[in-house]
Amino acid sequence: MIDSFAQLLSADFFLLALLAGLSLSLVAGPLGSFIVWRRMSYFGDTLAHSALLGIAIGLITDSSPQLSIIISCLLLAALLTVLDRKPSISTDTLLGILAHSTLAIGVVVLALTDSIRVNLEAYLFGALLTINTTDLVWVLGVVVLVGFTLHRFWNDLLSTTVHAEIARIEGVNVDRLNLILILLIALTIAVSMKIVGVLLITSLLIIPPAAARRLADTPERMALLASLIGAASILIGLIGAFYLDAPVGPTIVVCATLVFLVIFFAPVGQKD
Amino acid sequence: MGSSSQNQDALIVASKVTKSFRDRNVLHGIELSIHQGQVVTLIGPNGAGKTTLVRILLGLLTADSGSVTHREGLRIGYMPQRVSIEHTLPITVRRFLQLANPVKPIEIDETLQKLNIVQLQHQQLVGISGGELQRVLLARALLRNPHLLVLDEPAQGVDLGGQAELYQLIGNIRSERGCGILMISHDLHLVMAATDEVVCLNHHVCCHGKPEQVSNDPAFLDLFGANVSPSLAVYTHSHNHEHDLTGDVKESGLD
Repeated sequence: MIDSFAQLLSADFFLLALLAGLSLSLVAGPLGSFIVWRRMSYFGDTLAHSALLGIAIGLITDSSPQLSIIISCLLLAALLTVLDRKPSISTDTLLGILAHSTLAIGVVVLALTDSIRVNLEAYLFGALLTINTTDLVWVLGVVVLVGFTLHRFWNDLLSTTVHAEIARIEGVNVDRLNLILILLIALTIAVSMKIVGVLLITSLLIIPPAAARRLADTPERMALLASLIGAASILIGLIGAFYLDAPVGPTIVVCATLVFLVIFFAPVGQKD
Repeated sequence: MGSSSQNQDALIVASKVTKSFRDRNVLHGIELSIHQGQVVTLIGPNGAGKTTLVRILLGLLTADSGSVTHREGLRIGYMPQRVSIEHTLPITVRRFLQLANPVKPIEIDETLQKLNIVQLQHQQLVGISGGELQRVLLARALLRNPHLLVLDEPAQGVDLGGQAELYQLIGNIRSERGCGILMISHDLHLVMAATDEVVCLNHHVCCHGKPEQVSNDPAFLDLFGANVSPSLAVYTHSHNHEHDLTGDVKESGLD
């Protein structure tokens, strides 16, 4: 049993969880900032919800859960991009339909496959402490890929976000960048499933940047601060959950929300 | 407009451009060309298709038929209409200008000085006034060292005193850089003096020519009313048709 703080910090499951969470927050800061700037949080939610369907399909077909989540997220992202070009239905409604129908189908499919015993709660709210080395390798791989891609296209992504038409006139391939951003979000959501679960993933992406906004005067600083706030929330949430005997994912989100509230209502600071 | 020999050195040539949205015919049979060092101003009532035409010329929108040809290697600086900056995005004026790629710091300093907005450079883009934002957008367009500068209602949100100054600035840019300028404007009296060619648009090119020709053109007077004419008295039109209330060309004319 673990009964001291030092023992907790040196426990394998804790270190794996911490490492996965902290490395994820490295890319969640900048990526989440783009989601906030572009008002895509509902889009992120839809991708996350659809991940449950991916899990169900992965279990049925007995394939790697990470791979099936990634594939389902990417497919949904592609579907959304195509459907969004048809102006017959508003994007908002479309996202609402897809978010909830994919979640519902996922739950139903999981319930129907009674040969497989599934802990639904772990998928909905995360199970960071059950993370294994395979999971960690996936997280690290995606973090490196997403981090590299964001760095490579940073200026163009920023330019597109500030004003897409000016960027286009200046020779930026806006359509390609939009697609890249969607793919990066899909990948990140797919590997962060285990950390906070499908219902809370988007909050881990958008709350830290929202908290960082008030303290930042450049986009880069906002992204960096968001990463730091995300990392702090994960560290405090992990330890807090252990001592409170509370579920880890929700505790992390509560921590991030507290940071947001403190910064948001702090009397002094920069005007925005 | 103009013969094909004239069009060979044109920066941009539009020929027989037609565009409709759903059933609405927005543009038809548009002929337009802009040459180096030429200031072309697009005027016309609201909903006449001015912004649509500009977007087609820029390649942001595809025409249903007709062609738009850019001179090879044409670099365009574009100042769009009504830019709203996302409030959650913290970005200073200087960082915004750095996004114009590729750009050297010294060029940013020079442009800031030229447009008299050096003091704005460390301010947040969302915090500056409408007139200041227009200048910043103009700076971003100029940083491209454009062959063609496209301005969609550049003086929008600028107070009256600032408008004259802004058009003066645009005139100076043309004489210093020799670039072509295409702009949309409502400020008829301010624009006319600094314009080489006025194109009067109402779904089609009603009339075009030197400001003094266009402002006397019956079609121009029809569109803008005779009361604007005395204050302009610079543009002479030569029309052969009339518009009804919806802006459609009346069939009865000698078309």
